[in-house]
Amino acid sequence: MAAPTTSPSLPPALADAVRDDASLRRFLHGLPGVDQVGVEQRAAGLGTRSIKKASKMWAIDTAISMVDLTTLEGADTHGKVRSLAAKARRPDPERADVPKVAAVCVYPDMVETAVKELEGTGINIASVATAFPSGRSSLKVKLEDTAYAVDAGATEIDMVIDRGAFLSGRFGQVFDEIVQVKHACGDAHLKVILETGELATYDNVRRASWLGLLAGGDFIKTSTGKVSPAATLPVTHVMLQAVRDWHAQTGQRRGVKPAGGIRTTKDAIKYLVAVHEVAGPEWLTADLFRFGASTLLNDLLMQRRTQLEGHYSGPDYVTVD
Amino acid sequence: MSDRISVAKTYKLYIGGAFPRSESGRSYPVVDAKGTFLANAAQGSRKDARDAVTVARKAFPGWSGATAYNRGQVLYRVAEVLEGRREQFIAEVAAAEGVAVKKAQSLVDTAIDRWVWYAGWTDKVATVLGGSNPVAGPYFSFSLPEPTGVVAVLAPQQSSLLGLISVVAPVIATGNTAVVVSSQDRPLPAVTLSEVLATSDLPGGVVNVLTGRTAEIAPWLASHADVNALDLTGAPESTRADLERSAAGTVKRVLRARPSEDFTREPDLARLRAFLETKTVWHPMGV
Repeated sequence: MAAPTTSPSLPPALADAVRDDASLRRFLHGLPGVDQVGVEQRAAGLGTRSIKKASKMWAIDTAISMVDLTTLEGADTHGKVRSLAAKARRPDPERADVPKVAAVCVYPDMVETAVKELEGTGINIASVATAFPSGRSSLKVKLEDTAYAVDAGATEIDMVIDRGAFLSGRFGQVFDEIVQVKHACGDAHLKVILETGELATYDNVRRASWLGLLAGGDFIKTSTGKVSPAATLPVTHVMLQAVRDWHAQTGQRRGVKPAGGIRTTKDAIKYLVAVHEVAGPEWLTADLFRFGASTLLNDLLMQRRTQLEGHYSGPDYVTVD
Repeated sequence: MSDRISVAKTYKLYIGGAFPRSESGRSYPVVDAKGTFLANAAQGSRKDARDAVTVARKAFPGWSGATAYNRGQVLYRVAEVLEGRREQFIAEVAAAEGVAVKKAQSLVDTAIDRWVWYAGWTDKVATVLGGSNPVAGPYFSFSLPEPTGVVAVLAPQQSSLLGLISVVAPVIATGNTAVVVSSQDRPLPAVTLSEVLATSDLPGGVVNVLTGRTAEIAPWLASHADVNALDLTGAPESTRADLERSAAGTVKRVLRARPSEDFTREPDLARLRAFLETKTVWHPMGV
């Protein structure tokens, strides 16, 4: 097994876990099981919190600043990426006080366009890589894909794990892949997409989360957005628990990014409540929590207008995409 | 078994083809003209109005895009189901408005006929209100009436069925979708109408019926940026000016309430025309 690049200071228990294939398997299978009923109930319970007025405004602005504005379609054009970048810089053209989004997320061949548009704005350029969304290709191709995106100027790489290997229990292979992609990233942040919709159980989500963290992922991300179900609250809970426990054991803070299926402000606020309650208030920053979304931003902007103008807004007042 | 206790009903709202409870969880008792308890009706809130507007907006492309002929067929089908519920409507109108059964029968029959009358207009309104314009040049110019979008309808407070149908049918006949706030004290015929609409071919979301306090819900619909037009017929007198003013904030079409409108009279095209926009295009002639 390749050595993880970011774990010179791992505590002995974790350093031992990544020593070889067998100990990695032992560690991941030794993780406590997830209480399915419990986590779903807790997620639903936290989802009923009512956030109003000033707190809601704060939540909306925080959520906007955490959005990874995403376009991952076969039909993407350079023009579409340019207009997306314009929206990222100034989400609501009529209101200058709306925060910028955290990043723009595109396919590797669109990175160059995005970099040109976002130079000097402080907005990150995220690129999916490693044969997104299926991850079905050789390691060589995946590394090339990553290098291509990084060379083009991507500051964040969203990689997919090999779910086939993970589900057949070849944890070592998945681990090695993440380590090598992380190496290929250089300075770029690495987000590891677990594609929880294909992992079947919460126990698997917990194992995959720890695998991603052990291998050096800066973020763990729920889904590609191409598989249903995408992000759900209980799954995000399990992942937030993993980064919280990781922090407790190593002192390092890693991030979580739910992606796909979060379309309304109400949903977004539920996620923020979960972040606050499960991981902790330190995670309520764009460095440690992101939303992978495209339509969510419009709803956030409409809700923001509703709060400020005192009446309901409509989709005629925001951009189409 | 004469000592049977009848089932007291608690009705719900009609939003997007479903019957949800009010988001607020409130309901209020509905009494007949003599003050006897009839049933509980849901007391809609501003968030119910918001949800109704969202689904009405979603239903708009499909309903306005349907052929006029198809819309007509759907509305005729609604008239058939109305006819099937005739007895229930007569009982409800008699109770709500405190009129004799004979009078209630005539009101219900007129209401059903009114629905059929508007159903017939779906595929005729374009030729009557639009057409080709005379021009002095080698091109065509023609005008088409098009539905304006989502219409918020404040139904008449007195005429619980005939008045309701007289304001709802013209809105949807031309391809608009509607969010209707029913008569506040006489909502039961509106609830039964929504049951009729749910069991006919009308797509969900084309008509949404909110029961509750008109003065509470109306301002939110008047100011809502995604509502395109507002029918003030059932608005309380004192609130009309304010509603019109806040409707102007997002440039809505507003149909003002006429003083003491008599719904038994034969209608004209005014209500059809009120929620149409005219699109005029020119087109070069072939060689």
